[in-house]
Amino acid sequence: MLRIEGLTAEVEGKPILKGIDLEVPAGEVHAIMGPNGSGKSTLSYVLAGREGYEVTGGSATLNGVDLLGMEPEERAAAGVFLAFQYPVELPGVGNANFLRTALNAIRRGKGESELDAMQFLKLARARLKELQMSEDMLKRGVNVGFSGGEKKRNEVLQMALLRPSLAILDETDSGLDIDALKIVADGVNALRAPDFSALVITHYQRLLDYIVPDKVHVLMQGRIVQTGGPELAKQLEASGYASVQAAA
Amino acid sequence: MNTVVHSGAEGFLHRFEGLRARLPGQRLDWVQALREAAAAQFRTAGFPTRRVEAWKYTDLRPVSDAAFDEALTILGDDVALPAPRGERRAVFVDGRFRAELSQLDDAGFAIGSLAEQLPRLEGRLGALARPAEEPLVALNTMLFEDGLLVTVPAGVAGGVLELRSLTSRSERPSAFHPRHLIRLEAGASLTLIEEASGPEDTRYLHNPVFEIELAEGAVLTHARIQREGVKGFQLGTVYARIESGATYDNFTLNAGARLVRNEIHAVLAGPKSACHMNGAQLLRDGQHADTTTVLDHAAPDCASRQTYKTVLSGKSRGVFQGKIHVHQVAQRTDGYQMNQALLLSPDAEIDSKPQLEIYADDVKCSHGATVGALDADQLFYLRARGIPEDKARSILVEAFLQEAIEGVTDETARAALESAVAGWWEKEAA
Ligand SMILES: Nc1ncnc2c1ncn2[C@@H]1O[C@H](COP(=O)(O)OP(=O)(O)O)[C@@H](O)[C@H]1O
Ligand SMILES: [Mg+2]
Repeated sequence: MLRIEGLTAEVEGKPILKGIDLEVPAGEVHAIMGPNGSGKSTLSYVLAGREGYEVTGGSATLNGVDLLGMEPEERAAAGVFLAFQYPVELPGVGNANFLRTALNAIRRGKGESELDAMQFLKLARARLKELQMSEDMLKRGVNVGFSGGEKKRNEVLQMALLRPSLAILDETDSGLDIDALKIVADGVNALRAPDFSALVITHYQRLLDYIVPDKVHVLMQGRIVQTGGPELAKQLEASGYASVQAAA
Repeated sequence: MNTVVHSGAEGFLHRFEGLRARLPGQRLDWVQALREAAAAQFRTAGFPTRRVEAWKYTDLRPVSDAAFDEALTILGDDVALPAPRGERRAVFVDGRFRAELSQLDDAGFAIGSLAEQLPRLEGRLGALARPAEEPLVALNTMLFEDGLLVTVPAGVAGGVLELRSLTSRSERPSAFHPRHLIRLEAGASLTLIEEASGPEDTRYLHNPVFEIELAEGAVLTHARIQREGVKGFQLGTVYARIESGATYDNFTLNAGARLVRNEIHAVLAGPKSACHMNGAQLLRDGQHADTTTVLDHAAPDCASRQTYKTVLSGKSRGVFQGKIHVHQVAQRTDGYQMNQALLLSPDAEIDSKPQLEIYADDVKCSHGATVGALDADQLFYLRARGIPEDKARSILVEAFLQEAIEGVTDETARAALESAVAGWWEKEAA
């Protein structure tokens, strides 16, 4: 379970997160919605440990383990996975090599044996097939020359391979057509398990038709201002964030 | 015998006086004449200083202020050499050919010691080198003792030949100046993998000169791995003349030495010939590496590609100077030059000087240079996937070098370069 208490953080001296309280019990999927600039990506970066996002107060633990004191790679080993809103291109780094290096790093962390190139390829092919992605993606540079949709799918592929215990999806749905959206949703739903939880950050209610969340939180100006069931997402879609602001 | 040790140019000239009667070719008038002329040139020029335009960024004082003895080869026959990289290997210790360490049987063409064949090299030795213009080449001409001599006859695929240069450990700094002559006749091919190394605790100067002649349609892959000891100096000059339809593919990895100059003069002399000069410089604290290329497009329809990448850590300094001279006859020249540096430390420094001189009108020529640090977003992306910081950095450094190395099409050469890069990083991360 992810537990965030009184979390405050700033970027370049500017307070962005102003006291976040949030609990995602194991086995649940929660959605975070909110207007542009409300701090959704900042929250995901703070949880993943990105430099320059300075925590000024509060705590965040995953299954009782303090996340905020760890290096990014340690958090990944502890089960945190962030699907980036803007996946980074790595020219000169082959996607297959990258995925295998990441997978083996995580496996080492869990005390599991590393996979050789053949074992990895077998596993990767199976995941690619599930996600209806072409094998060609393994041969290319990481995200290099990928379309927006391909980049997002590559994030989901990484998630499917690394099997995190906490997945944070930062607007993984933006820029996807409805078919790709369903594939992404299937990818997340396939991971659903009693020891898996997810934070799905999205602008649109659309994705939540396919990944039905246990709870929906509304983040505005660095605070969670409202929490409800899946129906809250539909309500926001209909009446916009202004109504929440008025209510808050 | 005790001798007064002179430093710098004077020391070498003094040595020439003493050795003159014993250097190879002392009974050959033409060799004598070459050496005397070179001595006169070196006496006049001395070691280049930074006031000389071509040496603006590289200070040779660590070399010119030092005193070097003649190399005393004390390395025994028990040298532990790694397995050869190819079918054949020529081993030089302190610049002298060592037949008992080499494997050159059944080559089907001439490979061996230049010193042994000297009487037959009139007109060939010195055909391309220009001692009057390069003082270090004058120094080499004055004092060379030996070198690799290779002639691949027309149409022969010469396979892989390794040129291994070793330096023996010594108390006193030593210097050697091998002269290597490589000739590929029409349609011949060869992969030459050169690796130079030396002890970490010995000061020495390795001052090789290559004269490379590629006849019509010949293809030479020349991979150079420079892993000299940290107190060593390598000042190397390559001359290559590329006739019509021939290809010279040079890749130079500079990963060792306190100071290195990798200077290449290539002439695209016949139509439709090609020259690739790529390289990587991997520099640690206290190292200085200088790659200087001078490329003459002297015939029409030729292509040239240059990609140099420098990775600098600690307080190190890299230099790239690349001159492309497109002669008036060289219509439809296709030239490309790229020089990129990755600074891993705020104390590192790179100097870059591209220079294009174009006298033909129908020419495609581009060049560029970039300098940057490791990208924080890329680093975070890798670490967020569980990859430890060290490993993430090495992945990005290798990716940076990839573009230059992937251009090496010969697999043996590429594998040799990749393992040298990996070895450098392992030490760097340690
Ligand atoms: N790297 C950054 N440098 C400066 N300001 C930033 C940076 N990242 C985010 N911010 C600021 O933090 C606020 C929240 O941004 P963000 O977390 O990206 O919002 P959201 O993802 O909800 O659109 C915005 O005002 C944005 O301008
Ligand atoms: Mg965002």
